[in-house]
Amino acid sequence: MTDGPFKEGIAAGRLAPQDYAGNFADLHPPFDRHEAQVEADRCYFCYDAPCVTACPTAIDIPLFIRQIATGNPMGSARTIFDQNILGGMCARVCPTETLCEEACVREAAEGKPVQIGRLQRYATDTAMAAGRQFYDRPASTGKRVAVVGAGPAGLACAHRLAMYGHDVTVFEARPKPGGLNEYGIAAYKTVDGFAQAEVDYVTAIGGIAIENGKALGRDLSLGELTGGFDAVFLGMGLGGVNALRAEGEEAAGVDDAVGFIAELRQASDLAALPVGRRVVVIGGGMTAIDAAVQAKLLGAEEVTICYRRGKERMNASDYEQDLAAANGVTIRHWLQPRRVVAEDGTVRAIELEYTREEGGRLAGTGETVTLAADQVFKAIGQTFEPAGLNGSGPSIAMEGGRIRVDAEGRTSLDKVWAGGDCVAAGDDLTVTAVAQGRDAAEAMHRALAR
Amino acid sequence: MADIRNDFVGIKSPNPFWLASAPPTDKEYNVVRAFKAGWGGVVWKTLGEDPPIVNVNGPRYGAIWGADRRLLGFNNIELITDRKLQTNLQEIKAVKKAWPDRAVVVSLMVPCEEDNWKAILRAVEETEADGVELNFGCPHGMSERGMGSAVGQVPEYIEMVTRWCKANTRMPVIVKLTPNITDVRYPARAAKAGGADAVSLINTINSITGVNLDHFAPEPMIDGKGSHGGYCGPAVKPIAMNMVAEIARDPETAGLPISGIGGITTWRDAAEFMALGAGNVQVCTAAMTYGFKIVEEMIAGLSEWMDARGHASLDAIVGRAVPNISDWQHLNLNYVTKARIDQELCIKCGRCHIACEDTSHQAITSMVDGVRHFEVIDAECVGCNLCVNVCPVENCITMEPLAAGVVDQRTGRTVEPTYANWTTHPNNPAARVAAE
Repeated sequence: MTDGPFKEGIAAGRLAPQDYAGNFADLHPPFDRHEAQVEADRCYFCYDAPCVTACPTAIDIPLFIRQIATGNPMGSARTIFDQNILGGMCARVCPTETLCEEACVREAAEGKPVQIGRLQRYATDTAMAAGRQFYDRPASTGKRVAVVGAGPAGLACAHRLAMYGHDVTVFEARPKPGGLNEYGIAAYKTVDGFAQAEVDYVTAIGGIAIENGKALGRDLSLGELTGGFDAVFLGMGLGGVNALRAEGEEAAGVDDAVGFIAELRQASDLAALPVGRRVVVIGGGMTAIDAAVQAKLLGAEEVTICYRRGKERMNASDYEQDLAAANGVTIRHWLQPRRVVAEDGTVRAIELEYTREEGGRLAGTGETVTLAADQVFKAIGQTFEPAGLNGSGPSIAMEGGRIRVDAEGRTSLDKVWAGGDCVAAGDDLTVTAVAQGRDAAEAMHRALAR
Repeated sequence: MADIRNDFVGIKSPNPFWLASAPPTDKEYNVVRAFKAGWGGVVWKTLGEDPPIVNVNGPRYGAIWGADRRLLGFNNIELITDRKLQTNLQEIKAVKKAWPDRAVVVSLMVPCEEDNWKAILRAVEETEADGVELNFGCPHGMSERGMGSAVGQVPEYIEMVTRWCKANTRMPVIVKLTPNITDVRYPARAAKAGGADAVSLINTINSITGVNLDHFAPEPMIDGKGSHGGYCGPAVKPIAMNMVAEIARDPETAGLPISGIGGITTWRDAAEFMALGAGNVQVCTAAMTYGFKIVEEMIAGLSEWMDARGHASLDAIVGRAVPNISDWQHLNLNYVTKARIDQELCIKCGRCHIACEDTSHQAITSMVDGVRHFEVIDAECVGCNLCVNVCPVENCITMEPLAAGVVDQRTGRTVEPTYANWTTHPNNPAARVAAE
């Protein structure tokens, strides 16, 4: 029996104890004041700035950067929070390379955008470290709103409602609030318990009660909520994980990437967290990257991402793909899973079939390759689980497997709004969920004020 | 290779780059380092009479900065040398002896009595220095004692002291002028009338670089108080160049040698001053910002440009721009330009649009057919150049003249091939009708 990275199977403690902290340290260390100043000076203060247009929450980016440059990081933070109360997390997890920073005119000018995400973190960290609250809750309106899910959409919605004086109760299925910020994002993107600190910062406005461990369909029903509250916001995210649709996928060692990521985020001792020696991740999105990179950082010897189409079709940005490569993850394209090879019910390898596009449709070529694997992660997308929604009253209209909403986040049911990953209009980004929660709250407030 | 050797009022140096009278030239150690680095000459920091003056013991310098904390403007409340006269004289003599090919000019400031000037000139002559520069410019401290700019602001004093100096020394006399006056031509004329071999300008400008908002006191702050200082550095270059040009084109002082000073940082700055009539240049802030090595760039850059343009020696460039400095009233009103935006270079920051839209002539689009697009509207463009100046990309926006015969969309008039200026314009109540 060999030790460390060469232990066969799925095992804990592959690294020397002191290596874990370094491997899971902050991916982008925060700017200090000087670095922020130098970077802020690069912003051109564009007119009708393309970065703002590219931001789902439409933060006034040139203004907040100018405020940093002029020595007013508090004012800068307020500019950010005015549009996005989860600006701290978005600064850490947004794929800025495909949003604001892709649109930055300096990207066009010199291929080096202003580092908007890191500047946003500088400003929001400054305010949060000082405990500075920018919004006062007015006297209670007496209106009660139920929010289902304490993820980015629910928190943004709750905060905006609290700003208007409504009383908000947030029902969260898991033991802790935060949603994907707490359970679904790579540890090195949000270190030092930031997700919980942010929940505390957001709820400090007052008027927001969070009840953990309360799941819709299990502990509450939509009928109860619509009956007991003046309005309801649904922001429960995606509960289901797509199956591989490969023979033998029930073998031990075939796991959900989202489950692995959540377990890692909640682990108090990373050395105790088991991971395979040879890991194969099936998928091409951010979840695949987060799972693969973290498996490598836990000491897996070989980690391979297999994606059924080409590089340009991967949902993970170029930056994320480069991050994976830099951490020693191999990305292979045009491979789809066909069969999990198991021994005694435990995965030993995965057989994949080569694919190609024929007239726009994906087709297997018939040729296969078998990769040794003692752990396989499924990261081929999540699905909305509507089971908890309906059955207690009139059914809510769906679209493409998710909740149908109008431009203001209104569902087909009276008094019920929705946002975040559980709605059809989403794009599975934290920042989009924030925008939807915020905008739904505005619409709910208008309706409640009538 | 272009010949950049300099002969300024008979003072020879291997290049036209001198260090101005200032902290970098206060002692032998610094000056030797400067000569090793390649500087063509120095004007030794101003000597005064013993006992030496004293400086403040708090901060002497203030500054303003551009992006990335690039130093744009600098000020000081330092006085003339605070070392003993004899110490400076011994070091000047030693340096000149060791570096005979370099220019060593000595800046002087003593009370306004002929005997005082006579005495110090005699002492300086013994050092074998190449010339003297009369410091009539220092705007702080010394001026409160009737010296420096207190002299430079009174043309009669300038003429008087210059005459004393010319009468009492064989050395060339350069008169350093203060910009803290309303019309620099008057002090320059006075210097010439007194017999000055040359003028040098500008000295520093009265300034407060900042206010400490915690203490509500000017910077640099000395124990809660501040005093105006002398402003210099890149920010003053345009002011200095105008003053140089005014003297160069004034019929009364035309041909009076000028040593150009004021924010010179690169070879290009130096070439510009020389084109406006400066026979050589003096540098201080750039050296105090980056060290003496910058002279390597200045020498190489000036030589390269002169080679590329076929200018064989400095004589070929000095004063070349002077004939093109005109009064406003003689500018050609038939010269019509329009801004042109190179769409290949445009990075779509929109600054040209918003500057024009908010503050000028509404002559640049921001959206065309629903697409972000910046384009000049000729019917509104007055050719003001604001968009060129705010564009972050060099040469992306240019001002293009309309050819004669083309209709200016803004005025509806056909561009005339002829020259016409304000003096004969019909809107000018004092227009002179062309002689019959």
